[in-house]
Amino acid sequence: MPEKTAVDSQNSKVADTPVPATVEPETGNGTGKARSLWSDAWHDLRRSPLFLASSLLIVMLVTMAVFPSLFADGSPTEADLANNYLKPPNWSHIMQPDWFGYDIQGRSVWTRMVYGARASILVGVLVTLIVTAVGSVLGMLAGYFGGIWDTLLSRLTDIFFGIPFLLGAMVILTTFDKRTVWVVILAISFLGWTTIARVARGAVISVKQADYVVAAKALGASTSRILLRHILPNALAPIIVVATISLGGYIGAEATLSFLGVGLSEPVVSWGVDVSRGFQSIRNAPYVLIMPSVLVSITVLSFLMFGDAVRNALDPKLR
Amino acid sequence: MGHYVARRLLQMIPVFIGSTALVFLMMYALPGDPVRALAGEQYSDPVQIAALKAELGLDQPIWLQYWDYLTGLVQGDFGRQIASGRPVADVIAEAWPVTVQLALFALVFTTVVGISLGVIAGLRPNSLRDRGLLLLTLVLVSVPSFVLGRMAQYFFAFQLDLVEPNVSLDESWTELLLPATVLGALSLAYVARLTRTSVAENLRSDYIRTAIAKGLPRRRVIGVHLLRNSMIPVVTYLGTDLGTLMAGAVVTEGIFNIHGIGNLVFDALGHREGSTVVGVVSLIVVVYLICSLLVDLLYAVLDPRIRYA
Repeated sequence: MPEKTAVDSQNSKVADTPVPATVEPETGNGTGKARSLWSDAWHDLRRSPLFLASSLLIVMLVTMAVFPSLFADGSPTEADLANNYLKPPNWSHIMQPDWFGYDIQGRSVWTRMVYGARASILVGVLVTLIVTAVGSVLGMLAGYFGGIWDTLLSRLTDIFFGIPFLLGAMVILTTFDKRTVWVVILAISFLGWTTIARVARGAVISVKQADYVVAAKALGASTSRILLRHILPNALAPIIVVATISLGGYIGAEATLSFLGVGLSEPVVSWGVDVSRGFQSIRNAPYVLIMPSVLVSITVLSFLMFGDAVRNALDPKLR
Repeated sequence: MGHYVARRLLQMIPVFIGSTALVFLMMYALPGDPVRALAGEQYSDPVQIAALKAELGLDQPIWLQYWDYLTGLVQGDFGRQIASGRPVADVIAEAWPVTVQLALFALVFTTVVGISLGVIAGLRPNSLRDRGLLLLTLVLVSVPSFVLGRMAQYFFAFQLDLVEPNVSLDESWTELLLPATVLGALSLAYVARLTRTSVAENLRSDYIRTAIAKGLPRRRVIGVHLLRNSMIPVVTYLGTDLGTLMAGAVVTEGIFNIHGIGNLVFDALGHREGSTVVGVVSLIVVVYLICSLLVDLLYAVLDPRIRYA
């Protein structure tokens, strides 16, 4: 046995070395070397200003979500009525608690904005992960096996598409008395998985007749190997595009539900709740409403820009 | 054509039943008790509660409740509200026209402005105005409608004093313009982008070159040849949009205090008035299904190559 492995490794070494030698001259005089979709996309992304700007913002927002104390002093729930909203913002005190003034209960608007990032980003990222996992597994199985499973999934997605997202989420969420981050995540995921399932199903159907899949089948590869090693990598691009684009939408959905009073509730700090509350003082202290509004919009914008950049890089039709 | 419509109408039935069943299940199978909600925080006699539940049929198994509800719904009976005792059909009939008006305003605004912007940008791809539109749509998509609504209210009502912050009970059409604009903003961005992409793509096609080559006036090339062919993806989007707009009105109606179905659902959810919620959602599902059928029929008008047997 050891002898054989030695021979094997030697064989592979022998086989390995000549390959670059034969390939290099080919690519050297060609117009450019053949790159995979992924390295091509990465090549494009690194040069896209949209991608660079949005990544920078996202890195900042994620840092804010993980280490809020780096950005703001004090606690978001600490209320000092001596500091109530009659005390205006101090625009020169950058990143100090009084930067954007205080709300009606004397809580720092800036500190609450910083601490609100956690819930929003947690909901956005986790919903995207859950929805992508569930949707792509169901979509792949339905697309690959076809028949009754496909019909079942298609009808099920039809039914979910008929229900308006916002109303459906409101119906689910109002049945819970204690609405934690997890409840909100599950409610949005429950209504959101169908989009990815449809995309995954379509992508799998378009590649399952490809020669390499037929070849793998002819070589006797198992179903799981065909699905995971041959179909999934080739159907992944559209799934990733839809997932990254919807991330911003999920963050917006969480904020909207919280704004309506059916999403996150105290003591969780949520931008939606703060915007909703900010209206109370719109005449005396509009900044209490405006500042968190701007931050929600910037967050959704950066994730959407990120999704747009990923789509531009991955969608060959747009080249 | 007739066969196609008949088949599509038949296919709608399972989707309709499925969607209403799903909402019904979410409403009734999850915790929360409408009869207890009626009593509020006060102590109430368990015997009385049980009697009330039996009277309302809430002690039946869930599938039987759904069956009763569905058979009633098919006959036009939406049930009664628990707290007020009013027929749900009357309550919905009161709120429905307001939201339809709001959503139609938003749809017209979206269509007219969105298509115009899209054509203007799409005729010169990658020009300054094209990039400007891209930026504008990106901003419109990013700003959640509750933020846009509150900002519009802040500037137009509190800063400029142009409108009242809340829409009055008459709901006159001039008052609905601002809420409709806010409601339609997101769709506007999508319509503008779809039109822009489609116009830019078709601009390079052979039939446009032919139309220009045979000396047709520019207006005709753009207005007839280009627009008609570019409208298919836009019409698809707009068709499913009416239902989305009506559902999305829950935010806009809340902000501007409009008494439409969005507000109705919101209040009904608070009181766990299941029949009201399921009734409204069922109607929106019907709107969605009929609109998607109309869209498919419109394809044949826009593209004569599409035929329905």
